[in-house]
Formats: sequence, C-alpha cells, structure tokens
Amino acid sequence: MKKIALAFVAVLGLGVGMANAGDKIRIGTEGAYPPFNNIDKAGKAIGFDVDIANALCAEMKADCEIVAPLDWDSIIIGLNKKKYDAIVASMSITPERLKAVSFSDPYYSNNLTMVAKKGSSVDPKNLKGKAVGAQRATIAANYVTDTLKGVDAKLYDTQENAYLDLTSGRVEVLVSDKLPAYDWLRSEQGKGFEFVGEAIDVNDKIGIAVRKKDDELRMKINAALKAIVANGKYAEINAKYFPFSIF
Amino acid sequence: MNWEEIIIALPKFWGGALLTMELVILACLAGFVIAVPVAMMRASQNWWLRNIPLIYTFFFRGTPLLVQLFLFYYGAAQFDVVRESFLWIVFKEAYWCALIVFALNTGAYTAEIFRGAIQTVPHGEVEAGVAMGMTKSTLYRRIVLPRALRMALPSYGNEIILMLKSSALAYTITLMDLTGVTRTIIARNYLAIEMYFTAGVIYLILTFIFIQVWMRVEKRLLRFQNT
Amino acid sequence: MLDLQGFGPQIAFGAWMTVQVAVGGLAIGLILGLMGAAAKLSANPVLRWTGQGYTTVVRGIPEILMVLLVYFGGEDILNRLAETVGYDGYIEINVFIAGITALGLSFGAYATEVFRGAIQSVPVGQIEAATACGMSSRQVFLRITLPQAMRLAIPGLGNLFQCLLKDTSLVSLIALPELMRNSSIAISNTREPFTFYFIAALIYLAITCVVLVGQLYGERWANKGVRQANS
Repeated sequence: MKKIALAFVAVLGLGVGMANAGDKIRIGTEGAYPPFNNIDKAGKAIGFDVDIANALCAEMKADCEIVAPLDWDSIIIGLNKKKYDAIVASMSITPERLKAVSFSDPYYSNNLTMVAKKGSSVDPKNLKGKAVGAQRATIAANYVTDTLKGVDAKLYDTQENAYLDLTSGRVEVLVSDKLPAYDWLRSEQGKGFEFVGEAIDVNDKIGIAVRKKDDELRMKINAALKAIVANGKYAEINAKYFPFSIF
Repeated sequence: MNWEEIIIALPKFWGGALLTMELVILACLAGFVIAVPVAMMRASQNWWLRNIPLIYTFFFRGTPLLVQLFLFYYGAAQFDVVRESFLWIVFKEAYWCALIVFALNTGAYTAEIFRGAIQTVPHGEVEAGVAMGMTKSTLYRRIVLPRALRMALPSYGNEIILMLKSSALAYTITLMDLTGVTRTIIARNYLAIEMYFTAGVIYLILTFIFIQVWMRVEKRLLRFQNT
Repeated sequence: MLDLQGFGPQIAFGAWMTVQVAVGGLAIGLILGLMGAAAKLSANPVLRWTGQGYTTVVRGIPEILMVLLVYFGGEDILNRLAETVGYDGYIEINVFIAGITALGLSFGAYATEVFRGAIQSVPVGQIEAATACGMSSRQVFLRITLPQAMRLAIPGLGNLFQCLLKDTSLVSLIALPELMRNSSIAISNTREPFTFYFIAALIYLAITCVVLVGQLYGERWANKGVRQANS
C-alpha cells in the first residue's frame, strides 16, 4: 500500500512543482485591476503594482517571478498554500485580513468612493433600494454590505465586470477604490460618469501581504520600500500613472 | 474542521439554497414548455422543420453554459439598441437573464431527449392509431406524446439533475444562489474547505430528495407499462 | 464587429489550453472510470461500497464545486498522503493540475457507469466460452470483455467528453488562462463583451464538431465487422 501511495504521489509530482526557499520570490497579483495590475495583449502582467514589485525586487537584489492572473477571491488562500510568496495586488490592510496574513508597510493610500452616471441625482445618504455594486472580497464590498443598509447589493468576481454593469445601467452606483476609479473615469468607457459624494475615508492603507511566519521577507520588503521612496524610484513609478502622489 | 462557523453560516446557506431551487424549478418548467414543440419539429419529416430548430439545439448543447450566461448578461448589454428598448426591462435583471438562459439551455437538451423518445415510440402503436383514423394531432396527443414522454422519464430526470448542478453558475452574474452565498462567506472568513464541503452536502441532499420524488413519479406514470 | 483588436493570439492560446485541459481530464477520467467500474463489479463489498460512494457523491455535486474543492482541498490531502509515506517536503498543485483532476474525477464518476453498463452487456456466453478454453480471468478481461465493452462504451464516453469540453470553461473561474479567461482579459481591455464571448462560443462549437466527427469515426472503427439492426 505504501508503494502504491508513493507511486501515486510521484506520478502527480510529474506535474507539480515544489516550493523551495532561496532567492527566488514569487509575487502574486490579480491582473484584473487597472491601472494597478492588468494583463496586456502578450499575456504579461503590467501596472503600478507590477512596477513597484519589480522595483522592490531590484532593490532586494532578488530574482522575482510575477504570478498572474489570479482569482481575487482566493488570492490570500493561495498565499498561505505557498503558491506564491507575496501579494502585490492593491490589497488593503484590514483587521480581518490580518488574521490570515501579515502585511508590509503601506505602499500607497486609498479612499473608497462612489461612482455614478453624470447628472444622475444619486444621494449618497439615501440609497435605499437602489442597486449598488462592488467587487466581492474587497473593502468596498464590506462597505456595501455592512454600512449601506437596505440597498440591493450586487457583488462581482472582477472589477471589470462591475464596470460593465455600471456602464450598462444595471447598477446605479458603484463603490470602489478611488484610484482605479479615477483611472477608469479618464477612459473611453468611463466618460459619462463621475464621483458622487465625498470620498469615504476608511483610513485605507494598501500593503504587501506575506505569510505570517515569513517575517524575514516582510522586513526585507519594508527596507526595500523605504529605499525606493528615498531614492526617487517610487516617485518615478507614481508619476507614470497619477499626476499626484498616492503614497 | 471548524464546525462552529458552518453552523453560524447555515441560515445564509438556506437562503442561497432557496434561490437555487427557485431558479431550477422555474427553468425546468419553462424548458419543458420549449422542449415539447421543438422536439416535435425535430422529429418531423419536413427538412425545414427538422433543421431550423437544430441551430438552436446545436448552439445551446455545443457551448458551455458559462459562455451562454456571459453572452446574454454582459454581451447583450453592450448594445445601445438593447439598452434603450423595452427588452431592457428583462435583460437588466440578472435573475431574468439567468432564468432565460437556463430555460433555453435545458430546453435544448430536453428537446433532443424527447426527440429521441418520439422516434422510438413503437411503430405498431402509431400504425394502430392511423388505422383507427386518427388525425395527426390526435395521434400526437393520444399516442405518441404520452408514450414518448414516459419513455424519456429516466433521461429527463438525469437532465433535471444536471440543471440543478449547472444552476451553480448563477453566481457569476451576481445572483446569490447557493454557490454565490458560499463564495461570499468564504471571502470574509477564509474557511474554504468547510464552506465548500457544506455547500456540497446541501447539493447532495437536494439531489437525493429530487431522485426520491422522481422515482415515485416514474412509478406512477409507468404503472401500466410492463414491457 | 468581429475585430479582435490584437487579442487573437491570446484567444488562440486560450483555445489550445482548453483542449489540453480537456485531454488531461479525459486521461484521468478514463482511468478512474475503469477503476470505478471494476470496483463496482467486484466481489469485494468494500470495493463495491467505495465505488458506489464515489459515483453517488461526485455525480451529486456541481462540477464548479468540484473544481473549487479540489483547488483548495487538494493540496491538503496530497500533503497528508505524502506525510504518511514519509515524504517531508511540500507539494503544491498548480491550477492546471487542480483543473484536470477535478474534471477527471467528475468524468470518472459518470464513466464508471458507462463502463459498468458496457462490461455487463458483453454476452455472458462469450465469457463462458473463454473460461472453457482455459483463459485466466485476466486474459478473459483483456482479450474478450474489454475490446467488446469499448465498442459499447464509445457513444456514452463520446457524450461525456463533450460535456467535459464544456466544463473546461469552469476552470476559468480559478484563473487558469484557458479560452474563457483569456476572453475576459481581452474584454477588460477592449470593453466589448459580446464580440469576444461570441467568438469563444464559435470556437467551442468548432471543437465540439471535431469531437463529434471523431466520435463517429470511433464508433465506426469499433463496430467493424458487427452486424447492426436496420433502422
């Protein structure tokens, strides 16, 4: 029985990899959250998060591999299962997530915002019964389900699908992170839309997630982050995507 | 295995299961209504009657349900023509989109099952009906359809079970069916194995209940069939 | 309307990945199907119960749940298995392996029933004759039962394979870059969901046609020399 089990495991091993320590760091990102992480025509991951990840790796003198696309709902679970070693995917630091993973120092800040059609008379204080959308497993979704009472909440697997339904009118208001929404509003598809109401300040800091026991990696990332902020590399990447500082 | 969290989540699972059952029952009823005429057309001698519905069944049986859902839900919304017409009342709601796609999908499979059954009705019975002077429509109403539907019962039961399982895809277009509720709960508590296990058990229970009901239906409808 | 806007190669790659996932799932599924049928037909009640449990449970849960369960739970199980045989390292499963395992498990459960029906339909007289000739039970199975069972199983297996092909779209929901996922990526860049999902649908139809033709040829080959009832 032991031989059969070993053979079975070995056969499966033909197609599986083995996690190993060493200077190779695998960085996971979602790939469906422009302009922070997205996949281009050639299938490569691009965006602010990817650029920051590469800059950090250069600073840490480590060999990095970007793992994308990934399913957002299970991205933390994948980290804990050692499919990759860090998540640089615009992930907010929340107490809930801190139960499952550790975070580096923040590498940018965010607010939540509501987006709606230009000229629509949506009152952020009174959304009862209206269709409000957000991406599942984000703090925007938590805001919609916990704080906004009495709304018809619609949750999407990806931010892109949420935008599609906002454009078609299936949801009247979208709650999302401010920065990607800012980028989307500048696009062709987002032209007829605008921010509604004040930015919702949830003191949202975006960090890099690592496994709880990978404290050494976390320290290395923090040191590298400090370095690229100090030497201007961060500002360079920031300017590529936003005309204001997002730190 | 974190049993506490499972018990805490049970009420939400129940809500999801209700939506799942609602979608499946309505879709299967609508699918049945679509399938019978389509099956009769597909079994006819007329080339046109036989092959126009073939486009419908071929498309819906040859493409994944996920593609069909996305095509209807996201794809249709791309066109201004759709958004500004009366159709939008229907297409706007994810519930109707899902119901229509599920109904068309199960209708296509069921139509082919019924067609096979119609073509397998013992020719002797059809001849007897013709000999008695029945018109085509009486023939269908009294002989062919009752016989064919009874012969199709086992396969049709399988198809309904498949529909129950396919309904799990409703969550991809924002519906909070059983799988959607499960994914949303996992997004907050990260207990993937516990939650998926529970959802699996609930689906098994639903399948089991349905099979028991169906066995009784078969027994009753086939009570005079001893061949 | 059907302008791919440069995403053609991605879509083509996705289609190829779809085929790979389908073939991988088929391979695993056929093996599991044969094992399951053997288990259900065996004299050993434990094997029979295991086989029955496998088919009942797996056929009762949605395929998408199977994919999600295997993806999250699979590694845990594998690692515990490895521990029992004294292997100390850590094994991880990538999305592709998780996908074909889940699809293979599903396929195998249905294939078990197909194989079981086919094996039981081989005329008993032939088995008796073979045993009378002095063949061992292994020889009987390999030379008499299996070839004839294959002939009876091909239509059922062909239908199951078509279902498997469509179920590969489910692996897109755990981010494997097959056809559906790559279509979604193209859509996030071009904002034209109808175009790309429609093209994906056409590609699935094309692959289905190829499989259908293959199934027809397979049936014809397997039925060589067998007289058929005139319809």
